[in-house]
Amino acid sequence: MSEEELQKSKDEEPRIGVYICHCGKNIAGTVNSESVAEYAAKLPNVVTAKDYLYTCSEPGQNMIRDDIKELGLNRVVVAACSPKMHENTFRKTITDSGLNPYVLEVANIREQCSWCHMNEKEKATDKAKDLVRMAVFRASDLEPLEKMTIPVDKSSLVIGGGIAGIEAALDMADAGLKVYLVEREASIGGKMAQLDKTFPTLDCSACILTPKMVSASRHPNITLLTYSEVKHVDGYVGNFKVTVEKKPRYVDIDACTGCGECAIVCPVRIPNEFDMHRGKRAAIDVPFPQAVPLKYAIDSEHCLYFKNKLCTTCKQLCPKNAIDYDQEPEIVELTVGSIVVATGCDTFDASKIPELGYERYPNVITNMDFERIVNAGGPTEGHILRPSDNKEPKSVAFIQCVGARDEENELYCCRYGCMAAMKQAYLLKEKLGPDTDVYICYIDLRSFGKGYEEFYRKVRNMGVKFIRGQPSEILQNPDGSLVFNVYDSNIARHMEITVDMAVLTLALTPPKGIDELQQILRISRGADGYFLEAHVKLQPAETHTRGIMLAGTCMAPRDITDTVSHAANAAAKAIDLLAAGEVEIEPITAWVDKDICSGCGVCLDVCPYSAIKGVDVEGHRRAEVIDALCTGCGTCGAACPSNAITNRHYTRKQLMDQVIAALET
Amino acid sequence: MTEAVMVKKEKIVENFEPKIVGFLCNWCCYGGADMAGLGRMQYPTNIRIIRVMCSGRVDPEFILEAFRRGADGVFIGGCHLGDCHYVEGNYRTQRRVILLKEYLRSMNINPERLRLEWVSASEGEKFTRVVKDFVKVMKELGPFDGSDKE
Repeated sequence: MSEEELQKSKDEEPRIGVYICHCGKNIAGTVNSESVAEYAAKLPNVVTAKDYLYTCSEPGQNMIRDDIKELGLNRVVVAACSPKMHENTFRKTITDSGLNPYVLEVANIREQCSWCHMNEKEKATDKAKDLVRMAVFRASDLEPLEKMTIPVDKSSLVIGGGIAGIEAALDMADAGLKVYLVEREASIGGKMAQLDKTFPTLDCSACILTPKMVSASRHPNITLLTYSEVKHVDGYVGNFKVTVEKKPRYVDIDACTGCGECAIVCPVRIPNEFDMHRGKRAAIDVPFPQAVPLKYAIDSEHCLYFKNKLCTTCKQLCPKNAIDYDQEPEIVELTVGSIVVATGCDTFDASKIPELGYERYPNVITNMDFERIVNAGGPTEGHILRPSDNKEPKSVAFIQCVGARDEENELYCCRYGCMAAMKQAYLLKEKLGPDTDVYICYIDLRSFGKGYEEFYRKVRNMGVKFIRGQPSEILQNPDGSLVFNVYDSNIARHMEITVDMAVLTLALTPPKGIDELQQILRISRGADGYFLEAHVKLQPAETHTRGIMLAGTCMAPRDITDTVSHAANAAAKAIDLLAAGEVEIEPITAWVDKDICSGCGVCLDVCPYSAIKGVDVEGHRRAEVIDALCTGCGTCGAACPSNAITNRHYTRKQLMDQVIAALET
Repeated sequence: MTEAVMVKKEKIVENFEPKIVGFLCNWCCYGGADMAGLGRMQYPTNIRIIRVMCSGRVDPEFILEAFRRGADGVFIGGCHLGDCHYVEGNYRTQRRVILLKEYLRSMNINPERLRLEWVSASEGEKFTRVVKDFVKVMKELGPFDGSDKE
């Protein structure tokens, strides 16, 4: 649209078309759409008002397109679902007929009217009329706006180096984006690196993950920032300014060859977190043998040098002289076009349910403990031994939904536990022989994915006993075995079960640090504590903040299969956003009328983005908005004492007229 | 202290339905209101919602104009402190509302008629709860006729 056309459409008398959607029965079941349309037809500047079954359908949109041409409409009001749902749809509709996208106004008569007043049809219809009147008043004031594009940095920050982060990073890097992969721990790999086998194919977890870790570290477009945390994020889509802190490893990462001499000579032995505190590690170590990067780091909390400066054994023996006790945290500043959040999840703390005996009875372990115990690289080198006496258990019970589907803990389903327990039951039968008694105590079995039901049948046929019921308490016998009562609702029978070992299948929970990260990124979280997606079905990998995507379990619990799909989705959205090298942004910026501005500078103080600067106009100080920095929040407009600031699309007149319309009866 | 004493007028007005204008920020509270609808959570029909990008856009003039035009209550919904999509817009809102409540008091308008709430995009239940409560309080206060002073 040329400037002339813009000016012309600004000067025209408003000719408004109003379209009241029935949304099937979603709106019309509560709101009398026909009477709202009849009412709207009488409002000022309204040329036509129609109600329609599904306005967003192709015939519905064509009706609007045709009316614009035939009736010469220059403003359109659609009263339908939330603008967050279809504002963009209808903006496209009206631009097809030559109108500016910003002369559309949406009245939200579904989410904010029909759906929340379902038992008050008359009042809901009155409210819908009010909302339409408000929209019509506002529409009369709407002005065409010229679209704005800004150049973007073709790069992405991935926060979290688990399977989701690695997948997203590789996809984006392959598409040509420069990727910075930031991981809090010393190695990428995340939770998946701790797993032994993966369901339903029993692929070795490390065998499918490690190659991806190596690819990520060697990819020319990926910069790994391990042992690092995101401290600050500024900016907006296409131009995020990110501050990352690299924690000191006390090892020169360029000199270290990963030979491991230092860990052998280190006199400190502490429980190994990677092995769920079951094995031991040195104070200088890598998290696990396949770590990427294979670079050692000193744990300053346990290292004797940091305690008393006496021990310098590793420094003396390092063949590459890579030890540097004086390393300081390093700050790295990045500019990226998009951010993919892939911070993963934690597992539920089973000690919160003391009745189940975790941390009280040694033979009650978690499914994560089991993964390490059954893994050849784990503390028992893959021999399944019960912790109390290191003997092979003859019987094992899995307790499902620990912390999940539980009103006192996490209400949601963890979406991996049923399959994980079946996989572990399979491994037990495989490694300890078919005579091993294996029980799975469940609430409901959810084997919903591809190949999952087949796997369930396989495990069932191996003789694993499925009990539909959960023990409320586990007790320990003097010999270390465990006993519990359970009611199996499938056969309506109480039973007492004695086993050598019990495995608690844990819920997934939002990860530690999510509170801080939320404040850094300023994105929303759901009631479950996870990051909130833009739309539960249609935009599962995007957030409401353009340019910030979600990948994997930071958005909701899910298994590896779904995590990888979700991460690829997030990567695709980032690639799509940045591919053109520029993005269109909402031209809803502020504008200062320098003839009115008194140069007081209040707006400079309130602007969160320093997007307003003082300029000299014939010897007087005046404010001026830097369009590229302005995000359109409108705080300056509310603060300006001279009303010299226009906040485009949210002008004083537009908002004031909505207030007036709301109260006019 | 010359502070006017605000009293509940106990005006018995049959079937009084307060008129409430709500300014909701696009990123949090507006999303919360949408979420309430999506969850079919039911609340009274009294509120008329105006969408703004940030609660920081709400000029005190809009609020005063609403009272002048006969609103019984004005509601402002923003992001939780620390979660503002625009970093600190909601802190501006909070400061303005605190001052404005003092001003309303001096104008013999019960400051309870202005309500500021932080509602995130996922808190449909909270939105429902605060609107219900605000409507209840407005019903107790009775219609606003230009002055709350006895």
